[in-house]
Amino acid sequence: MSGEQEDIDLRELDDPELVKQIQDDLYDGLEAEVREGVEILLERGWEPYRILTDALVEGMRIVGVDFRDGILFVPEVLLSANAMKAGMAILRPLLAETGAPTIGKVVIGTVKGDIHDIGKNLVAMMLEGAGFEVVDIGINCDVDAYLRALEEHQPDILGMSALLTTTMPYMKTVIEALHKHGIRERHIVLVGGAPLNEAFAEAIGADAYCRDAAVAVETAKALIARRHNQLAGAGA
Amino acid sequence: MSETVVSSATREVVIGGERPFVMIGERINPTGRPRLAAEMTAGDFSTVERDALAQVEAGAQMLDVNAGVPLADEPALLARTVELVQSLVDVPLSIDSSVVAALEAGLRVYRGKALVNSVTGEEERLESVLPLVRKYGAAVIAICNDETGISEDPEVRFQVARKIVERAADHGIPRADVVVDPLVMPAGAVERAGATVFRLLRRLREELGVNTTCGASNISFGLPNRRGLNAHFLSMAIASGLTSAIMNPLHEPERQAVLAADVLMGRDPHCRGWLARYREPGSLEQGAGRRERRRRRQAG
Repeated sequence: MSGEQEDIDLRELDDPELVKQIQDDLYDGLEAEVREGVEILLERGWEPYRILTDALVEGMRIVGVDFRDGILFVPEVLLSANAMKAGMAILRPLLAETGAPTIGKVVIGTVKGDIHDIGKNLVAMMLEGAGFEVVDIGINCDVDAYLRALEEHQPDILGMSALLTTTMPYMKTVIEALHKHGIRERHIVLVGGAPLNEAFAEAIGADAYCRDAAVAVETAKALIARRHNQLAGAGA
Repeated sequence: MSETVVSSATREVVIGGERPFVMIGERINPTGRPRLAAEMTAGDFSTVERDALAQVEAGAQMLDVNAGVPLADEPALLARTVELVQSLVDVPLSIDSSVVAALEAGLRVYRGKALVNSVTGEEERLESVLPLVRKYGAAVIAICNDETGISEDPEVRFQVARKIVERAADHGIPRADVVVDPLVMPAGAVERAGATVFRLLRRLREELGVNTTCGASNISFGLPNRRGLNAHFLSMAIASGLTSAIMNPLHEPERQAVLAADVLMGRDPHCRGWLARYREPGSLEQGAGRRERRRRRQAG
C-alpha cells in the first residue's frame, strides 16, 4: 500500500467526509480510527442505526465486493471485520435501546465431526458487517446443538459449514431433523464450505449454496427479501 | 532469539528476534564484475548508483558494499563508495573488505551502526578487526573458518563460531552484535554442503543464540537453474534458523522464497509483505474501495 500517509483529524471532517473516511478506515482495517469515527458521529447526534448502515454496513459492503473480486484477501478482510466489530461494540447497546431494526437473524455453525472455522467465522463477520444479527454456535455442532440454537434464537437463517467430504453429508442429517420437527419452513438454510457445490446443496434440500463470504451475504439478503415479499403477498 | 540492530543515519534494521528475514543486497561488489571494477577505478559510480537504488526498490533492507578492485587504493575507494551509497539510500550497510585498512576507512565515514564484513577465526584477523568493530560501535559478520581453512566437519565450524563469539566478548562486543556466517559451499562440489549448513544453523541458533547470514548463491555454483536452487536453499536455511543473507533481491525466485518464508515462519504480520508483492498490480485502484488515496496509518 501507499507509503504516502498523512494524519487526518477526523473532527475536522464534515459529516459526509467523515462517513467516507470511516468506510476507508474499515477498508484499511484501522480499528481505533473506526471507533473514533463512530464516537464522533454519535457526538454529532447521529442515530446509531444510521451510523450502522451508512458508515459500517456500506463500508463492509465495499470490502465484500473487493474480496469477491480478488482484490482484497483473507488477512485484510479479517482486519476489516475486526474494525467493524469495534464499531459495532459501541453501537450494539445503543441499537438495543432504540429498538433499531436488524435485517435478519442468523444461527451459524460448523457441522459435527468438523473443526474448521476460518471460513465460517469469515461468513459470520461479513453477515454481521452487513447488518445481520449473528449467533455463532461454533464448531462440531450436532443436530441437538442446531435444534437448541434454532429454538432459542428463532433465526431467519440457519448457516452450516463443512470443510470435509466426510462431514458434509451431516448437513443432510440436520435438514432431515428440521423436517422431522416440522420447522424446516421456518428457516432459510444456507450451506457452504470448500468441498460443496450447488448440486450438493440442492440434493440435501438446502435453500442455497454460498461459494464464499461475499456470496453468503448477497444470498442471505436476497432470500430474506424474497421471504418478506412472499409474506407480504400472503398477507394481502 | 537475539536481535542484531544496525542502522543508517535515519533508519534502524533489526536482524533476528522473529523479525522479517533481512535481505542484504550483494550487487555492489566488483569481484567477478570486470566492467564495474573498471568503472569504479575510473571514478565512475553510475552502476553503483543504479545497483543501490534497484536493490532497495526490490526490497533489500541492507546493502553490502565492497570495493575490492585489484591494485586500486581500496581504503579510499571503499570510503568513497560508502559515502555515495549513504547519500542515495537510507538502508544500513554492510562494509565488506578483506583489507583491514579498508574496513576502517569505510567505518570512519559511515553514518550509523554498520555491519562489518567480516572477521574469521584466524588469530591475526580477530585481533585486527574486533578492535575496529569495538571502536566504531559496529556489528560484525563472523565467518566459520580459521588458520586451518574451511572444515567440512560441522563440529569444527561450530567451535570456530564459538571462539569468535567469545573473543568478541573479550573485546566488549556483545553476542547480539556478532552475526555468524556458517559458510556455504557449492553443493555441486561438496555433496553435504547444504545439510552441513542446515545443521550448523540449528546449533548456532539453539546453542550460541546468535543471528546468522550467508552468501546464499554459493550453494548453486557450477549448476544449472541456480536461482531455483538458491531459492529452495534459502527456504530450508530459514526454516533451520538463518536470519539474513547476502543475496540478489532482484532475482525473483530468491526474493519469493524469502517473502514466503516470512509468511510461513509467522514473521509477516497479516501477510502484508506477501500481499504488497503479489496482489494483482493496480487492482486496488480498480476495486470498489478505490478513492483518491487518503489512506493513512496501517493497521498493526
